[in-house]
Amino acid sequence: MSIVTPVTDATFRAEVIESELPVVVDIWATWCGPCKAIAPILDQLASDYAGRVKIVKVDADQNPETVTAAGVTSIPTLGFYRNGERVDVLIGAHPKPVYVAKIEELLA
Amino acid sequence: MSNQEVELVIVGSGPAGYTAAVYAARAGLAPVVIAGSVTAGGALMTTTEVENFPGFVDGVQGPELMESMRAQAERFGARIVYDDAIRLELDGDVKTIETGAGATYRARAVVLTMGSAYRKLGLSEEERLSGHGVSWCATCDGFFFREQEIVVVGGGDSAMEEALFLTRFASKVTVVHRRDEFRASRIMAQRVLEDPKIEVAWNSEVGAILGDEQVTGLTLRDTVTGAERTLDATGVFVAIGHDPRSELVTGQVDTDADGYVRVAHPSTRTNLPGVFAAGDLVDHTYRQAITAAGTGCAAAQDAQHYLSNLEPTTVPELALEVSA
Repeated sequence: MSIVTPVTDATFRAEVIESELPVVVDIWATWCGPCKAIAPILDQLASDYAGRVKIVKVDADQNPETVTAAGVTSIPTLGFYRNGERVDVLIGAHPKPVYVAKIEELLA
Repeated sequence: MSNQEVELVIVGSGPAGYTAAVYAARAGLAPVVIAGSVTAGGALMTTTEVENFPGFVDGVQGPELMESMRAQAERFGARIVYDDAIRLELDGDVKTIETGAGATYRARAVVLTMGSAYRKLGLSEEERLSGHGVSWCATCDGFFFREQEIVVVGGGDSAMEEALFLTRFASKVTVVHRRDEFRASRIMAQRVLEDPKIEVAWNSEVGAILGDEQVTGLTLRDTVTGAERTLDATGVFVAIGHDPRSELVTGQVDTDADGYVRVAHPSTRTNLPGVFAAGDLVDHTYRQAITAAGTGCAAAQDAQHYLSNLEPTTVPELALEVSA
């Protein structure tokens, strides 16, 4: 069971922009191999950082507005949001320590 | 963290790694496969249909084929570790493999199957615009180029496959190739040449990738006349080949000038006793899923033969006779 919350075009504002916690947004798709490969890592991170960072995912197929607004042309793309603003972006699949470092920066 | 002693470690999880695992597991070696934290399954995980793997009359999806190989290896007792090998010590009777998550494996034999990585064009704008129009994964990123004009660079089967796949999304695909004929198999080249959405820029190489925030086009140089021209495009998919992922082992096992691990053909033995190599890591020439699987099988058998000739370390000889 994934504990990474799905977010849609309709809920993006409430879940990400207006979130009190920092948010990591994973833009992914069912047909993207590297996206599937990092899914278990994001699940672990969601549990490691529970209560401190919110990790959500946006299905690129179903949510064109969010994809276009984020200027995404490559997935997986992770956006790092603090106080409603995207402060960092990470494209591609990486080993867990790379994500940990980015999240620590987001919390710093 | 954990420290484990095993008979055989296989580094890599493409067709070579998983096939080695199937054979080694069936030989009772209980191999550990260091599959990669995000690269498990290897290059076929980002391809679509594989039409030339024998036994699949109607083709098979790359990821599905790799999942099946993994499951087959696990069925016979291979242990798949979703972690990255970060340091290997291949000298001596006992080899050490350290992983990114901090585990250490000590093994009496190692099979190296790290495969290959996408070759880059080597242009300064390539890195900067990577993920902003420059891509190495058509299946991941093609979707974002709906009704746009894009470019595929390359002339081999991978380039043909990407170009054909991308016609699902793009309004026009230009294949940029530096020679006047493709290296690809005839069936793939023919499909590309007959596709109404695909154009080919023959005798052309990429001089520069243009764009500030996003790719806007390319400068192409004619390899015969030297003339330059600009081609508008919002996406550039690079498929100009692969380089062996031997960086973890260079300086330990012999490699050739291009970085391929040298083996004593027709065996898979490297210069180090107990260290075997297979798949794209050693293969200049064929680089197919089936050839990788074939050499993976050979490596498992070579490793098994090597191990059976060693003095038993933990298992008393009597026990071996009983189980035989």
